[in-house]
Amino acid sequence: MTYSVEIKQLDLAFGAVKVLQGLDLNVSEGEFLVLLGSSGCGKSTLLNCIAGLLEITDGQIFIKGKNVTWAEPSERGIGMVFQSYALYPQMTVKGNLSFGLKNAKIPKNEIEKRVARAAEILQIGPLLDRKPGALSGGQRQRVAIGRALVRDVDVFLFDEPLSNLDAKLRVDLRVELKRLHNQLQNTMIYVTHDQVEAMTLADRIAVMKGGAIMQLGSPDEIYNKPRNLYVADFIGSPSMNFVEGHLEGGLFKVDDMVLPMDGYVFAAPQTADRLATIGIRPEHVVTGELVPNAPLQFNVDVDLVEPMGSDTLVYAKLGQHPFRIRMDGQASVKVGETISIGVDPSRASLFDTATEDRL
Amino acid sequence: MVDATVNTQSGPRGPKPKKALSSTNVIIYGTLFVVCMYYLLPLYVMIVTSLKGMPEVRLGNIFGPPVEVTFQPWVKAWSEACTGINCEGLSRGFWNSVWILVPSVIISIAIASVSGYALANWRFKGSEVFFTILIFGAFIPYQVMIYPIVILLRESGEGITSVLKAFNPMLEAMGFEGFKTFRLMGSVSGLVIVHTIFGMPILTLLFRNYFTSVPEELFKAARVDGAGFWGIYFRIMLPMSLPIFVVAMILQVTGIWNDFLFGVIYTKPETYPMTVQLNNIVNSVQGVKEYNVNMAATLLTGLVPLVIYFASGKLFVRGIAAGAVKG
Ligand SMILES: Nc1ncnc2c1ncn2[C@@H]1O[C@H](COP(=O)(O)OP(=O)(O)O)[C@@H](O)[C@H]1O
Ligand SMILES: [Mg+2]
Repeated sequence: MTYSVEIKQLDLAFGAVKVLQGLDLNVSEGEFLVLLGSSGCGKSTLLNCIAGLLEITDGQIFIKGKNVTWAEPSERGIGMVFQSYALYPQMTVKGNLSFGLKNAKIPKNEIEKRVARAAEILQIGPLLDRKPGALSGGQRQRVAIGRALVRDVDVFLFDEPLSNLDAKLRVDLRVELKRLHNQLQNTMIYVTHDQVEAMTLADRIAVMKGGAIMQLGSPDEIYNKPRNLYVADFIGSPSMNFVEGHLEGGLFKVDDMVLPMDGYVFAAPQTADRLATIGIRPEHVVTGELVPNAPLQFNVDVDLVEPMGSDTLVYAKLGQHPFRIRMDGQASVKVGETISIGVDPSRASLFDTATEDRL
Repeated sequence: MVDATVNTQSGPRGPKPKKALSSTNVIIYGTLFVVCMYYLLPLYVMIVTSLKGMPEVRLGNIFGPPVEVTFQPWVKAWSEACTGINCEGLSRGFWNSVWILVPSVIISIAIASVSGYALANWRFKGSEVFFTILIFGAFIPYQVMIYPIVILLRESGEGITSVLKAFNPMLEAMGFEGFKTFRLMGSVSGLVIVHTIFGMPILTLLFRNYFTSVPEELFKAARVDGAGFWGIYFRIMLPMSLPIFVVAMILQVTGIWNDFLFGVIYTKPETYPMTVQLNNIVNSVQGVKEYNVNMAATLLTGLVPLVIYFASGKLFVRGIAAGAVKG
C-alpha cells in the first residue's frame, strides 16, 4: 500500500539548532491528520518540510509514492493554507484563486471552471471581484482554502488556519472544514495547538513535543490511553489529575491508601514494584448517588468552586494532593465542604514516574 | 443616587474647551515660525533678486520687492550665461544632468530592489556576509574611493575598447563602420555607473528592510502557487511596494541631481552636470557679478528636486510610515 504522505528519518536544523530529528510519519490516503503541540514544538517546521518550503537537512519525503524530497513546492501536489491567510493583497479574490493555475499554464476556460467550482463549494461566489482588504477574516480564510482547492492537489496542508479568527467563527469554519473533508476525501494535514480542533477534526492526531512525535493515534486513543505523562497532561481541559505513589503487586499505594487497580489494562504485565503516577481525568470522577457504585471511593475537601454554566469545576484536596473534579452545572457544592467521590480504575492511567511512560 | 443624577446634569458636558493661546501653543507656533523664516527668507531674497534688473540690484535693497519685474535674468541664466568660452547658459548642463539622472535612477533602483528582495526573501548561502559587506560599503568615505574609481573607469574603458575593436575587421569586411575608442572615464556612462554603485548600499538596505516586513507567509503562498524568483518579484512584491519605490526614487533623484563632486571629477566640460555648470557660472570672474542671473540660475538648478518633493511628498511620507526607513 502506498501512503499519501510518507516521511522517513526526517532531520531539520536551523544552523546548529536541530528542530526535527529522525522523524517518521505515514499518512494514509484521505486521512485527516492533525499535528498537535504547544507553540515552538516544530509543527509548522514539519509542515513546511512537507510543502517543500524548507530545505531538509536529511531524510526523505514521499507524496503518493513519489520521492519529492527535492521537488519544488508547486510540483509536490500540495496546497497550503496559512494562519495569516496570506492572500495577495493587490489581486482580487478571483486573481488570488487563479494565480497558481496561471503559473501552471492551465488553459483559460479550465481556470474559469475550476474557480467557479471552488467558489461554489466555499460559497464565495459573490466575493470574486473584491480585494482581500474588503473581506472579513472568515471570508479571507475561505478564499485561502479555495486557492488550494482550485489546484486539485492531493494533499492539503493547514497551518493553524483558524487561529486568527474569533471564537464563534472558528467553530463555524471548523465544522465547514470537516464537511469539506467529507466531501473531497483529500488527505489533509492540519497543524494546531488547539486540542478541541484536533479532537473534533482528526482521524488521527500526532502529539508533538520538542520536534518529536510523542503519540500518534486516534483522538479516542490519545484521550483515553495517553502513552506518556506529557500527552496525558496536554490533552484534556481541565487537565488530568496526577497523584504520585507506588505500584506494588497490582496495587497502587499513596499515603496510607491502597487502591486495587482492578479493571485497569496494563500495557505490559507488571512484575517489579516501582514509583508510579496515577492520572485521573476530572470528568471521569463521579459524585453524588453514583459514588456507591464506583470501585474506588474517596473523600475530598473542596477548596474552590468555578461554575461554568454547562458544568462546574471543583478544586479539591485529596489528602495533600490537589484534585480537580468536573461536576454537573447544577451541582451545589460549597467551599470547605467534604464530598465523596468515586473513580473507576479502568478509566484511569498509570505512568512510571521515572520514565513517564504508560504502564 | 439622587446626587449622581444632579451632578451629571449640571456638570460639564460636550467637548473639552480648548484654550487658543496656551503657553504650549505659543512656544510651538513661535518656534515653527522662526524655523520657517530661517528657511524661507533666503528663498524670498533669491526670488525677488532674480526678478530685478541689474540697476535695481545695485541699489542694494535686497529685501525690497522688484520695482520693475523682468524675466531677463532667467532667460540669460538658462540660455546665454557664459562659462569660459561657452555661452549656452545652464540649458546644456540641465540636459546633461537629465541624461545622467534618468539611467542612474532607473538602473540603481532596479538592481537594488532585486538585491534587496533576494536578501530578504531568498536567504541564499552567504547572503548575510554579502549584506554585511554591502552595509560596510555605506560607511567608507567617498574621498577614499575617488582615485581608485578614476583608474577603474579608465582601465575598464580601455578593456571594453579592445574587446569592441576586436570585431572591427569583421565589421569593416561587412561594410560597416568599426567601433571607435570607448571611454568610461569622462563620459556620462561612466558617471552613471559611479552613481549606481554609490547608491547600492543605502538602496539595498532600504528595499531589504521593506521586503522583510512583507509577511513571510505571503511569499510561501506564492511559492506553493508555483511562482518563481521573478514571478514573485514582479507579480507579488512590486505591486505592493509602490511607496518604497517612491522613497528610493526621491532619494536617488535628489542625491544625483545635487551631486557636484562626482560630476566634476568623472565628466569633462561638455558633459558637466547642471550643478557644476551653475558653479562655473556663479564663480566666473569675468565682468560684473550679475547677482540676478546667479539667483535665477540657482533657482533653476534647484527646481527638479523641488518638483519631485511636491509631486510625491505624500507617497514619500507613506513609504516612510510603512516602515521603510527604520533600522
Ligand atoms: N527560520 C528559523 N530559524 C531559526 N529557528 C527557527 C526558524 N523557524 C523556526 N525556528 C525554531 O524552530 C522551532 C519550531 O518552530 P515552529 O515549527 O514554527 O513551531 P510551531 O510548532 O509553533 O509551529 C522553534 O523553536 C523556533 O524557534
Ligand atoms: Mg507554527
